[in-house]
Amino acid sequence: MTDKHLSTQFDAELGRISNRVLEMGGLVESQVTQGLYALTTFSLETAIQVLQHEDRVNQMEVEIDRDLSAIIARRQPTARDLRLLIAISKTIANLERVGDEAARIARTVQRLINAGLSSRMRLPVADLQYEADLAIAQLRKSLDAFARLDAVKALEVLKEDNQIDEEFDGLLRKLITYMMEDPRTISASIDLVFVAKAIERVGDHAKNLAEAVIYVVKGTDVRHTSVEDVENVVR
Amino acid sequence: MDTKVELHSTEKIKLTVRDLNFYYGSFHALKHINLDIPERKVTAFIGPSGCGKSTLLRVFNRMFELYPEQRAEGQVKLDGEDVLSKKLDVSLVRAKIGMVFQKPTPFPMSIYDNIAFGVRLFETLPRAEMDERVEWALKKAALWGEVKDKLAQNGSSLSGGQQQRLCIARGIAIKPEVLLLDEPCSALDPISTGKIEELIHELKADYTVMIVTHNMQQAARCSDYTAYMYLGDLVEFGPTSELFMKPKKRDTEDYITGRFG
Repeated sequence: MTDKHLSTQFDAELGRISNRVLEMGGLVESQVTQGLYALTTFSLETAIQVLQHEDRVNQMEVEIDRDLSAIIARRQPTARDLRLLIAISKTIANLERVGDEAARIARTVQRLINAGLSSRMRLPVADLQYEADLAIAQLRKSLDAFARLDAVKALEVLKEDNQIDEEFDGLLRKLITYMMEDPRTISASIDLVFVAKAIERVGDHAKNLAEAVIYVVKGTDVRHTSVEDVENVVR
Repeated sequence: MDTKVELHSTEKIKLTVRDLNFYYGSFHALKHINLDIPERKVTAFIGPSGCGKSTLLRVFNRMFELYPEQRAEGQVKLDGEDVLSKKLDVSLVRAKIGMVFQKPTPFPMSIYDNIAFGVRLFETLPRAEMDERVEWALKKAALWGEVKDKLAQNGSSLSGGQQQRLCIARGIAIKPEVLLLDEPCSALDPISTGKIEELIHELKADYTVMIVTHNMQQAARCSDYTAYMYLGDLVEFGPTSELFMKPKKRDTEDYITGRFG
């Protein structure tokens, strides 16, 4: 958004709401990071912290939605401005769900620790960390693309999404092997399958964010579109 | 958002404009305008002051001919007939292409006669039929309920919004094919504006409507197609929902998002 509106107030409102979205994005990103930290270090304290942040994320979603309605009612935005506001509405819904996934991970960690899981048990938590690193990088990249309204960067997110999916499939196979080799790990392994699924969903939400960025910049809805077709839209 | 707007190529075209140029003396006010106006749709013209949108409307029913220094070159065809041709009687053109102005202009006569006056110029109707025509026009203009008991009152006794609907009733009483509305709501309050917009929506069942408006939201609300003009050029023309959501030209986008100037 390089060009200024005649109304500086409108510019200020759009700038403010975009910053709030980025703030919310930063918050849920750190929730996911912390959730994984809680898992890999068996830290009950960190898991509880993640859950405490959930209310704040929900509150932010409600506040941003309220500001969105106010801007639409007062400014009657069109074209790129309208697309930005629609995209923000979708983006914050996705970010809120990322927060939910982080909370899901934290609750699972809580349960695992309470059930006596410790670093002595051989489980592939490092692989989960790797999957999570991919997902967090995707989330950060899509938020970057949103901040700069950079469709090329958003396209990169779409192209890289299948890496997380492949990682999830690999993890699933690995966890099944663990369960077959040592039935005592079944309960914990199933929990980890859910964690892996939660991380994979974070990647999906990042992808949705990236699609919203392309919609703002190019005016084309690229959901349910092949990566090749999206490439033609962006280039 | 209305996504049912059909593609332009599937519409029946009522009015075609080809290489239209217009001059106020030496000032070139409309530059090489090419445009197809679809039948029984509402087409809105938007753009900053002085862009030529009102001028364009005034060309369509030869209103400019009242001023000797103004001239139009090019073609404006209504169902294939060139309305700019001198061979065509100007009053016949205006009978087919009616116009309503920015400020309500009721004649200083009764509400009834305001409607009947134009009809008498073209038709000689028995009293009963004229009564019917007046009632029909006032009903079409959504004014009948408010004035049916005071048809003998002077037209100027009505409120601004009612006067404007009276002018629209007067315009449609002679059964034109095209209705030109030049800023019909700019002097009206939001309630009256809402009624006129509702009326525009109903009128398009029978008429091809063109509206010039400064109010972009009004264009967005009540038109099927929108044309954006700037300094005498037609910058962009397309389905309203597309033009307001994803304009093709950067200039259009800057104007409708308020980044202009």
